[in-house]
Amino acid sequence: MGSAVTQEMLRRALEGRRVNIVNPLVALTLLICLLASLAILVVLLWDVVAKSMPVWQERGWSVITNDLSPRPAETGMIQGIFGSVMLTVIVVVLSFPLGVAAAIYLEEYARDTRITRLLVANIRNLAGVPSIVYGLLGLSVFVKLILEGMLGQVSGRTLIAGGLTLSMLVLSIMVITTQEALRAVPLAIREASFGVGATPWQTIRHHVLPVASPAIFTGSVLTLARAFGESAPLLLAGAVLSTFFAAPEGTPITDLVLGEKYTALPIIIYNWSRQPQQEYIALTAAAIVALLVILLVVNTGTILARDALERRNRM
Amino acid sequence: MQAGRNVLGTSAPLDLSGDPRRLRKERNVRRLFLSAAVFTILVSVAIVLSLVGEAVAFLQSIASEIDEGLGSLMADGWFPRRDRFDLRTIIWHTLSVSIIAMLVATPLGLGAAVYLSEYAKPGVRRVLKPVLEVLAGIPSVVLGYFALRFITPDILRNLWDTTQQSNLMAAGMGVGILIIPLVSSVSEDAMQAVPRALREASYGLGAKKWHTSLRVVFPAALSGIVAALILGLSRAIGETMVVAIAAGATGGSLLQLNPLYGGQTMTGAMASLAIGSDQVAGGVAAFQSLFFVGLLLFLMTLVLNIGSERLVRRFRQRY
Repeated sequence: MGSAVTQEMLRRALEGRRVNIVNPLVALTLLICLLASLAILVVLLWDVVAKSMPVWQERGWSVITNDLSPRPAETGMIQGIFGSVMLTVIVVVLSFPLGVAAAIYLEEYARDTRITRLLVANIRNLAGVPSIVYGLLGLSVFVKLILEGMLGQVSGRTLIAGGLTLSMLVLSIMVITTQEALRAVPLAIREASFGVGATPWQTIRHHVLPVASPAIFTGSVLTLARAFGESAPLLLAGAVLSTFFAAPEGTPITDLVLGEKYTALPIIIYNWSRQPQQEYIALTAAAIVALLVILLVVNTGTILARDALERRNRM
Repeated sequence: MQAGRNVLGTSAPLDLSGDPRRLRKERNVRRLFLSAAVFTILVSVAIVLSLVGEAVAFLQSIASEIDEGLGSLMADGWFPRRDRFDLRTIIWHTLSVSIIAMLVATPLGLGAAVYLSEYAKPGVRRVLKPVLEVLAGIPSVVLGYFALRFITPDILRNLWDTTQQSNLMAAGMGVGILIIPLVSSVSEDAMQAVPRALREASYGLGAKKWHTSLRVVFPAALSGIVAALILGLSRAIGETMVVAIAAGATGGSLLQLNPLYGGQTMTGAMASLAIGSDQVAGGVAAFQSLFFVGLLLFLMTLVLNIGSERLVRRFRQRY
């Protein structure tokens, strides 16, 4: 009898008398914070898709495949898709080799000197510079100084100026992601290679890069996807900021890149979103859906490709 | 043994340095990589030179060509095409957008980070973490549209019917959503870096889960968390597209204390100057002011980024 009472007292003393309500409450609050982000994402996607529906129903594919037109009922976004793809090609060609090379230097060659530390700090700061500031760089250096000044073009507001600007923006992020990929390669692989007499470059080329390549590949594509959706620098680096422009019929592709006006898909979204006419609300939503679908396909494709690469490497 | 003779007894020193062609190739490859790294310095120099050059030209031209001179930096409102460059207006608007953004991103970002780092089971984590990554991948123009076409009409107008179609509040909320993933991932990293021993000691003293997470792990990671918030603030200040689409006031604006009205921020002012920059609209000073504001923006974010970098390094050293 007495022992049962003692046991009960002991149990209470150990467990605490109050029901523990704080614990689940805190857990729930924190979970709600996380789920709020999910909710925002769902509402955003649902809202955009719903607003774009009338356009898909009335216009079908023509809203994608048409050129820009002053009339909202006939306008389309193919010039923007062309511009964005070409910009991305320019960015890949310029910033991928530069970024990977700089990262290889910093991770594989550089000793811990003051200059190395300066290089690293500089790259970190470049990654934090607001993207519109890169637009100012593009405007004054690429558009005005190089294309209009040195090369004497009538207007430097061309795809190549935009591509150069975006490349500068992406460069620092490319370096940082590649550095992380290289850092994840075990030191033992390098030591084994040096141990059998390989030079630094042979070690990098035959042993470090193959192991790091899936991570470099994924990091680069995700960075490029960011560049694809980036628009602030292009506002200043010469993308057309009105709802309509046209290159003369049959302009060769080199002229479209080097000598003609240009736009990009996110810039079309910006321009359309500023229009007062009601039609543009749905048109903008349609352009956003197109942009998000492209990004989704690219990102999913990258992740699948990376998994395939990693599986092959393991075998 | 004669001087200059090696172990093999030949007079030439034993050459272990390898094929000179191979050495030359190695040196060239190294130089190539070094020049790529040095190129990044050039980018910084080009940015600073182009900003400073035009910003100084801007100050000179308003000092010499406009009646009020440098006083136009404190005129009524920001109307660059009418030579009124009140910096207080755009800086205040930038601050109010950033404050609203931080009010959205701080609780949601930190809550998500604590949950993911301390509470989530691996399975839950694998499902929920990608949500933040997807959110991070949404381009900022999309959030601008969302702020203009959803947040303003469907949320703000229902709460306050005096809300203008373009307003600082919606822009701030859009920017806030944009920086949630950044705040959350950096502060989650900081909490993951807190040693397990601290958690075990706390449990060993009889503390409960919530007590351990919020009173032990969170304070231990505080410098990293503050760094995450500073980084978020820096991103909010520099964010352009959301503000350009949702905050309105394309031509210029007066100082606006009420966030439910439209106004121009620093980045918004730059975006709207860009619209006219291909035509010669307004004076030369209007065009040059673009670079002056850009320089201010560059300096503000630079200070914030360096500050947050310092904090991150401090918490890394402590453990």
